[in-house]
Amino acid sequence: MMLAHLPLLEQGIFVLAALVLFTSFALLAQTRLTAAIHSFAWQGIMVALVTVLVAMVSHIHHLYLSALLTFSLKSLLIPWMLHRLVRRLNMEREVEMISHPAILLLTGAVLVIFSYWIALPIERLGLGNTRNIVAISLSVVLLGLWMMVSRRQVIAQVLGFMSMENGLFLAAVASTKGMPLVVELGVAFDVLVAAVLFGIFFFHISESIESLDVDRLNRLSEREEIS
Amino acid sequence: MSAFWLTLLTPVIGAVVLAWIPRLQVSSWLNVGFCALEFLASVVMAYQIKQQGVYITPGFQIDAFNIYLIMLTAFVGLTTAIFSRPYMQDVCEQGRLTRSRMRLYHAMYQAFLFTMLLALSSDNLGILWVAVEGATLATVLLVSLYRTPESIEAAWKYFILCGVGIALALFGTVLVYFAAQHALPDPEQGLNWHTLFEHAQALNPTVMSIAFVFLLVGYGTKVGLVPMHFWLPDAHSEGPTPVSAVLSGLLLNVALYAVVRFKMLVDGALAGADTPDMAGHLMMGFGLLSFSIAVLSLQRQKDIKRLFSYSSIEHMGLMTFAFGMGGSLATFAGLLHMLVHSLTKSAIFVTVGHASHIANTQRIEHIRGLIRTQPGVGWGLLLGVAAIAGFPPFGLFSSEFLILSATIQSWPWLTLLLLTGLGIAFAGLFRNVHPMVYGTAPDGQAAVSANMLPVVLHLLLVLWLGLAIPAFLSGWLNDVTVLISGKGL
Amino acid sequence: MADFLSVSGWLLVFLQGLLFLVGAPLMVGWIRLIKSRLQNRRGPGITQPLRDLYKLFGKEVLVAHSASIVFRTAPYIVLASTLVAVSIVPLLSANLPSAMAADMIVLVGFLALGRFFLALAGMDVGSSFGGMGSSREMLVSALAEPAMLMAVFTLAMSAHSTNLSSVVEFNLGSGLILRPSFLFALLGLVLVAIAETGRIPIDNPATHLELTMIHEAMILEYSGRHLAMMEWAAQLKLMLYGVLIANLFFPWGIATELSVMSLATGLLAVVGKLLVLGILVAVAETVLAKMRLFKVPQYLNLAFLLTLLGLFSHVILESGT
Repeated sequence: MMLAHLPLLEQGIFVLAALVLFTSFALLAQTRLTAAIHSFAWQGIMVALVTVLVAMVSHIHHLYLSALLTFSLKSLLIPWMLHRLVRRLNMEREVEMISHPAILLLTGAVLVIFSYWIALPIERLGLGNTRNIVAISLSVVLLGLWMMVSRRQVIAQVLGFMSMENGLFLAAVASTKGMPLVVELGVAFDVLVAAVLFGIFFFHISESIESLDVDRLNRLSEREEIS
Repeated sequence: MSAFWLTLLTPVIGAVVLAWIPRLQVSSWLNVGFCALEFLASVVMAYQIKQQGVYITPGFQIDAFNIYLIMLTAFVGLTTAIFSRPYMQDVCEQGRLTRSRMRLYHAMYQAFLFTMLLALSSDNLGILWVAVEGATLATVLLVSLYRTPESIEAAWKYFILCGVGIALALFGTVLVYFAAQHALPDPEQGLNWHTLFEHAQALNPTVMSIAFVFLLVGYGTKVGLVPMHFWLPDAHSEGPTPVSAVLSGLLLNVALYAVVRFKMLVDGALAGADTPDMAGHLMMGFGLLSFSIAVLSLQRQKDIKRLFSYSSIEHMGLMTFAFGMGGSLATFAGLLHMLVHSLTKSAIFVTVGHASHIANTQRIEHIRGLIRTQPGVGWGLLLGVAAIAGFPPFGLFSSEFLILSATIQSWPWLTLLLLTGLGIAFAGLFRNVHPMVYGTAPDGQAAVSANMLPVVLHLLLVLWLGLAIPAFLSGWLNDVTVLISGKGL
Repeated sequence: MADFLSVSGWLLVFLQGLLFLVGAPLMVGWIRLIKSRLQNRRGPGITQPLRDLYKLFGKEVLVAHSASIVFRTAPYIVLASTLVAVSIVPLLSANLPSAMAADMIVLVGFLALGRFFLALAGMDVGSSFGGMGSSREMLVSALAEPAMLMAVFTLAMSAHSTNLSSVVEFNLGSGLILRPSFLFALLGLVLVAIAETGRIPIDNPATHLELTMIHEAMILEYSGRHLAMMEWAAQLKLMLYGVLIANLFFPWGIATELSVMSLATGLLAVVGKLLVLGILVAVAETVLAKMRLFKVPQYLNLAFLLTLLGLFSHVILESGT
């Protein structure tokens, strides 16, 4: 169906999905930690809104609960935990040096094209009204992955991991109208536990190597030691 | 079936209880007790399954495939708990761990067993994912238990790499659900494995093949397939020895189980498509790659636990290759290999724990003369390595022989590669182990209190399985082979 | 579709040109008025820029010894190219013969022509301010032009044409549709417009500090009618971008036929939209601070990213069946 023929609510879903992709890019190149955490919170809000719109369009009521869960977990609880962590580790004003933000963003654009290519056969099948939100959500997942690979701050890596989960949730909601509630609760629980563990880890890492720069985690290596 | 609920709920109760108990002696004995209970319940369950076939309840299904893995998990969990009781007591006395961390250790041990049992018995693919991720989360803190910079780095790598892999696996699961929405009469059941298996032909081949790539890469990260294996040597070598034993022996199996379950679905979906064997070929490719890279990486290891971690990668690669080949012979061989590898690898890690305790280091070049200092540990290491290298009459020889026979039948040229790899692995392992066992012991090296019972038990089992596979076991494995590949031996 | 040779059509083009010439200084005056009110001043009247232009035309022209013919002719070329550019943009009516004859790429080309001569004129006299202004202007435009073209292409892909009147008619005909690609193109185009017209946060139009000058630096040597023409050209550019954004993305009210009634409605509509845009520009200029020059590439990268995302959204989400 052409975009023009869809009702306004469904068009809203696509606009929000595109905005989620934009927040992924914003996360990628954001050097200031507090701003990055805010971008992540916005991403959570957009994903929750998409869930609400899908719930309104398809009349599946447990999606409202999933939206509430996502919103409270990804936009309120996890950003709050990360903020608290940043304050306790005295990193509020820390700015990570990214050597070439333009390269990060352009590689992100290449990843978007790559995920579009992967999702193309699925879209060609014409199964249902997904309109290639599968491609957008795969892009969000891959951009989160790229963020984890390219950034050196551990909090940035955690944000990349969490935004991967956002992309997966978006895929589930938009293409399959949400997974069964039991599964969603399980996934949310896992995300929460992972966030708590990340918090615990930050303290261990910062105590042991006195920085949160992942480049310093380099003792386990198989290179021959020059002795 | 109450035995099933008992098996599943005991570790949960155990985790909660053990988190509260401060005294180490009590909690370690309780740990053993809970594990014994789980094992007995799983034996009862196995007996019941033998009578009635399949047990399906909403959300869970027990068939021949997972019951044997459940029993194996409970058994190795029990023996490792028995080993860990005096070992961790020693570690605590050495001052490397505090009381509260021991509580964490025991609670997480039970939680880890719970997540593995949940993953094995779950019918819902989403819950399978949640449980596998839960297993990662439960062990992450265990790997960094000693709080050295190396262990923290290893745990962080483990967390991040496995988390990323698992996220990709979730994407694959979502795609499977998506395919199911359009193929099943009742889309709500789209995540139930046995419903999907019944209607596998109706699932869209394109979606399922894309999904399988994600699932193989995702769960394959947890199996330790190259090139997603970088967390494995670090995580398995930095944690406490009992943790290494269960990680190597059990978690890798659970991840491979997930991959094989999905392969069964994809094979059904692709049956009429252009490339019906895509899933199998992918698995064979990754398996061979892992096998080759691990075999070569074995040679340059300097840390004893890393040496055996790479051996784990090698064997998991071999198993993935076998399951990828498909067919009854290869599948039977793969299942047998899973069983004997678990037993042998956990025994080896237990022995290695004792060895590094004797020599006070994990570096191979500093461990010498084990057989003089403590013959039990020395012989255990020697026999364990012989077993893992595939010496007859140990069980691994039979399973590797069966895999090679299957390979000669369908892919003759690959047999050469496999044989070369096995030879190189053999050389690498013995080159390192021989001086460790027979060299001159440094002065002052003394024996430690070591409970070798689990090792002896495991090695005897592996020997028995190598000499003569009992009829009930071969019948059982045959049932699983029929389930997976459609025909039996 | 109006006939190319119709007299009424070309009369409309002429009328539009006049409206632009008179409206641009009024729009700049409106923005300055709002800014002064926001800063708690009474401010000059809305017609002050017109009066300034009139004053400048009467003043003597002083040209440096080292100036070449480029210096003397550049104001005329800049004003002329900007005037031709504004005649391509539909102001009152979507059916404009000049708009149908030329498309968005020609528009970008004419603006580039003007900018080229402006930069040459800045360097011509050999003063350091002029050279610095020209090099900064080239930096900004080199980064802004891809973003603008990407936004233009995004619109063209939806409307299946790069012609501005076709795009406006397409948007008018489709009704209210939320397209992600348009949203991103709009945001990107707004960022580019701010950069190209030299408003805060890229360039301060009221400054005379050399650290912050871009446009001012290039026209620093001009006086009299030359200065009047350069300033007028800059004001025309601002109104051009405003009309572009208003009529491409929010085309309701624009005339689709050449009748007095619909033209009057079109005029009212565009005046209303420009007033709103003026308020937004004034508020943004009051709230934001000027960026340091080496942050400008990041800002323009953001604009490019937005328009690129617009293109991606179009291909991924909107095209196909």
